[in-house]
Amino acid sequence: MSEFLTQFSRSLPSVWQGVSVTLQATVLSALLALVLAFVLGFMSRSDQLLVRGLSRVVVEFLRGTSLYVQLFWLFFALPILGFKLEPLACAVVAFGLNYGAYGSEVVRGALNAVPQAQWEAAVALNLSPWQRMRRVILPQAWVQMIPPFNNLLIQLLKSTPLLSLITISDLTFQMDQLRSTTGNTAAAYVTLLVIYFVLAYALTLLMNALEAVAKARLGQGSGLRHVLKPPSAGITDPDGRAARAGGV
Amino acid sequence: MLSDTDPKEETGPGGHTEAVDDALTNKGDALRNDSPANDSPVADMVRFDQVVKRFGDHTVLDQLDFGLRRGERVTLIGPSGSGKTTILRLLMTLERVTEGTIHVDGEPFSHMPGGRDGLVPANEKYLRERRRRIGMVFQQFNLFPNMKVLENVTEAPVHVLGLSRDEAAERGRELLDLVGLADKCDAHPTQLSGGQQQRVAIARALAMRPDILLLDEVTSALDPELVAGVLDVLRDIALSTDITMLCVTHEMGFARDVSDRVMMFDHGHVLEAGPPDQLFEAPEHTRTREFLSAVL
Repeated sequence: MSEFLTQFSRSLPSVWQGVSVTLQATVLSALLALVLAFVLGFMSRSDQLLVRGLSRVVVEFLRGTSLYVQLFWLFFALPILGFKLEPLACAVVAFGLNYGAYGSEVVRGALNAVPQAQWEAAVALNLSPWQRMRRVILPQAWVQMIPPFNNLLIQLLKSTPLLSLITISDLTFQMDQLRSTTGNTAAAYVTLLVIYFVLAYALTLLMNALEAVAKARLGQGSGLRHVLKPPSAGITDPDGRAARAGGV
Repeated sequence: MLSDTDPKEETGPGGHTEAVDDALTNKGDALRNDSPANDSPVADMVRFDQVVKRFGDHTVLDQLDFGLRRGERVTLIGPSGSGKTTILRLLMTLERVTEGTIHVDGEPFSHMPGGRDGLVPANEKYLRERRRRIGMVFQQFNLFPNMKVLENVTEAPVHVLGLSRDEAAERGRELLDLVGLADKCDAHPTQLSGGQQQRVAIARALAMRPDILLLDEVTSALDPELVAGVLDVLRDIALSTDITMLCVTHEMGFARDVSDRVMMFDHGHVLEAGPPDQLFEAPEHTRTREFLSAVL
């Protein structure tokens, strides 16, 4: 065990590099997924059957096919068709599309959950359709999107070990190197579990902070002070909105 | 054509008190009693012609003819489901007519010029232009929870009327003062009582300087002890401005105080209409008598 720790501390720079690659892929993919989630989510509420239908087909296709296969397709099959992407770009596109599809359902659900009366009040004040969405509906829907988005973000982080399968030296790859050097499989994988947990929990805290700020703007809770307390203890939730926010 | 304040002037700078002063000098009493013009649709602020509204197989309004004169205060009473609220929602463009047309101030409202028959259903752009003259206060207040009280009142003046933030805030404060909530500018709607929220909603509607104010059972969702405060505010507005008001209410005392005309609705029809004294003291229809004895 002490031998493992010595090796581990010696290879800290490469482990750290793995962490940074993993985080880079996670953040870039999450940004692409977020954009796609909103585009597909808005499309799914369109008056035009064609737009709605297109969004439906894209979402069902991306959700219904394996992330693993999508990634391999981009990495191995696309070059055969003449398009070669950098490995990291493949990963970001595959993760972004896949999680964007799940995210669009979060966006759609949250927009639908804002009471019809809010739309009507916005019409009565003669706000334009865009202003209704941007100024009234979205700020309220956003609060409801954050917890399910947090779920997806953590799942995304935990999908990134797939990166090591397409030649990217991510966290899992680096720890696997350490495992073969030391021969201490148990210690290496336990360490890997712990690192992923720490990363995931850091993301959760970040998203909780975001949620607390967003809720404070709706007059619920009192902002960041209640971040670390569970919702029942700190953040007032009179309508049980968080419970209804729904996942994917 | 009856003259009135120029709509452009109404959306111009200046606080509500100015609007109130204008209203007092331009007073619409003469207009209200101007009976010879009564039959001309142009003279009417609001005109429903043979309006039918159906939800699926259910007919809510059945060939309704209905008019509001400029500056008139009309109260709609009648049992639930008789179509009163639907009239307000049609006027606020929250619903579309199934058949018939609505004119506001002599111009097509539910429809716009075009097509072979001269009128086609109005599109969103046309409605946006038309409905700026109409404001509505809802039973459930419907304040925007993502905005503080003052922001609720200034949001539309800034983004729809194009007022500067300072100007909108100044007017917003005056209006909140008018409804007795000057000290709540920075509160969140969730921190207010129902009655206070409804008074904010009234200020929010007035901030758009509507010519027509629609009040949809504005006290029905309130605890009994909060009703009086809201009605007092509305009485003040009715007495000090010439805004045309159309109310749906079960508050018969209020209806009697502010209305020029009360209309009894039943099954999508106007059963009878008249000045409040006449309708409350000597209703013609048995149905009206039954309804009144049930609510009074």
